[in-house]
Amino acid sequence: MKALVAVKRVVDYNVKVRVKSDQTGVDIANVKMSMNPFDEIAVEEAVRLKEKGILTEVVVVSCGVTQCQETLRTAMAIGADRGILVETSEELQPLAVAKLLKALADKEQPGMVILGKQAIDDDCNQTGQMLAALADWPQATFASKVEMVDGNLHVTREVDGGLETLKLSLPAVITTDLRLNEPRYVTLPNIMKAKKKQIDIFKPEDLGVDVTPRIKTLKVSEPPKRSAGIKVADVAALVDKLKNEAKVI
Amino acid sequence: MASLVIAEHDNHSLKPATLNTVTAAIACGGEVHVLVAGKNAAAAATAASQVAGVSKVLHAEADVFVQGLAEHMAAQVLALASGYSHILFAATASGKNIAPRVAAKLDVAQVSDITRVDSPDTFERPIYAGNAMATVQATDATKVITVRTTGFDAAATSGSAAVESIQATTADAKSQFMGSEIAKNDRPELTAAKVIVSGGRALGSAEKFNEVITPLADKLGAALGASRAAVDAGYAPNDWQVGQTGKIVAPQLYVACGISGAIQHLAGMKDSKVIVAINKDPEAPIFSVADYGLEADLFVAVPELVKLL
Repeated sequence: MKALVAVKRVVDYNVKVRVKSDQTGVDIANVKMSMNPFDEIAVEEAVRLKEKGILTEVVVVSCGVTQCQETLRTAMAIGADRGILVETSEELQPLAVAKLLKALADKEQPGMVILGKQAIDDDCNQTGQMLAALADWPQATFASKVEMVDGNLHVTREVDGGLETLKLSLPAVITTDLRLNEPRYVTLPNIMKAKKKQIDIFKPEDLGVDVTPRIKTLKVSEPPKRSAGIKVADVAALVDKLKNEAKVI
Repeated sequence: MASLVIAEHDNHSLKPATLNTVTAAIACGGEVHVLVAGKNAAAAATAASQVAGVSKVLHAEADVFVQGLAEHMAAQVLALASGYSHILFAATASGKNIAPRVAAKLDVAQVSDITRVDSPDTFERPIYAGNAMATVQATDATKVITVRTTGFDAAATSGSAAVESIQATTADAKSQFMGSEIAKNDRPELTAAKVIVSGGRALGSAEKFNEVITPLADKLGAALGASRAAVDAGYAPNDWQVGQTGKIVAPQLYVACGISGAIQHLAGMKDSKVIVAINKDPEAPIFSVADYGLEADLFVAVPELVKLL
C-alpha cells in the first residue's frame, strides 16, 4: 500500500517574523525556511509504517515555489521514496492545496494520505479535512497514535478533554498532532541518498485545478503589544496587588 | 442574510464556546440560528434557545450525533447550508475538525480562528502563532468560519427563541467511533476558566507538579494548565497544554509558575486580563508580558501564596 504525505515549506519555527512596515504581509526575505514541523511528523509516521511493513511506498508532495524541492529532499532523507512538486508562484490557500492533493490522489491511488494538522505560517488547520471531504474519505485529525488492525486504521485523536479512538476504512486521511512521534535526525548518508531520488514536477493546470485565491489579505499588522508590568518584592505584596489593585481575587 | 452557529454541547447543556460563537455570528449581521445536532439533546436545544440574539434553534436527533463524528456532522450542516450566508463553528477540536469538511463540500474557502468581525465579509485573524494579525476578506458567497472564543464575549442567556425539530441528515460514514478517554474532574474547563494556574518545566516532575500547583488551583478555583515543556516532559497531561499548538486561553487571571515564556506559550495566553509570573530567573521572557512578576523560587513562593490567599 502506498501513502501520500503532504509537506509545506514554511518560515522556520525558531524565526520570529516581522510585519512589513507597509502592512502587506510579513517579511520573509532572507529568513530561514524549513519543513512545517507537523508535516515532519507526518513523514516520520509514514516512514515508520513502511518500516513495519504496512506501507510499501511513501510519496511526498509539496505545492508551491521551486524551492519546495529542498523540503521534498528533506522528507526523502527521512525516508520517503519519491517526491512530487506541484510548482506555482501563486499564493496557495488550503482549498486549492486540497484540490491539488485530490487530483494527485486520483493519479496515485494511495491507501492513505497523511498531513500535518496545521501549517505554522497561516495556522489554518483545514487542508486534511478538505481533502477528505473532496475525496469522500473518512478523516482522523489531530492523531496521536496510528495502528493498522485487520485492514482498518485505528487512530487515537487528541480532542478537548482527552483522547478518542476512531476506526477508519481505507483510503483515509490522517492529520498529525505533536505527540504522534518524534521525527528522526536525518543522517548525511541519507541526505546523499535523497539527492538521487526522483521528483516529478507538475503545474496546477496539468492537474486541472484552479488555484485562484478565494480569500484576500487586506492588511497584516502587529498584534497589540502587552507591556511588562511591575515586579513585586514578595508573596505578600503579590497578594495585596491582586486583591486591591487588579481585584481579580 | 442569516448565520448558522453549530452548537457544541454534551446533549444536556451547551459548551461555553457556543456563547462566544453566537456573539461573533451577531456581529456578522442578520438573523442567528443555532443547530443542535445530538442524541436526546432536547435540554441542549432548550439551553440554545435561551441564548440572547438567537432567533431560532434547529434541533436534529440521530444516534450517530452523540460522538460528533465529522462525516455525520458535516452532512447535517450541508443539508441546511443553502439557507445561510455565514456558517460558524467554535475553533475547538470539534469545530476545527468539522468546518473544513463543510467548506470544501460547498467549494468555498474557510476563514479560521477569527478574532474580530470588521464587516460581513471581512475578518481579523492571527497568523504566525499570533505574531501578526491579518485582516482578510472572504470572496465566496458562503462564509465558513471558525471563531477563536477568546476574541468574543459570551452572549447572555436571556433569550427565548423557538426550537424547531428538523429531519436529521447523516452520512454513509466510513469512520466509526471506538472509544474515548476523557479525563473527568471538577475543575472548570481550561478554555472557559476565569482563573488558570499553569506550571512549567521548573516543576521537575509530575509529583512535584501535583504537590505544588494543584493546591494553588484548588484555592483559586482555577483550571490547571501547563507549558509545552512540562507536557513533553510528562509532568502534565497533553490537554493541559497552553500555547500555539495547545489551548488558547484568556482568563481573568493567569498564574504562570516556573514557565520561562517561550513565544509558543505566550501565543496561547497573552490575552489574559491579568498575568502573574513566578520565576526565579530574572531574565525569563514571561516577565515581559506579566502584570505582576515575582522573582522567587516557586517551591517556596507558591506554598506561601496558598497560605496567604
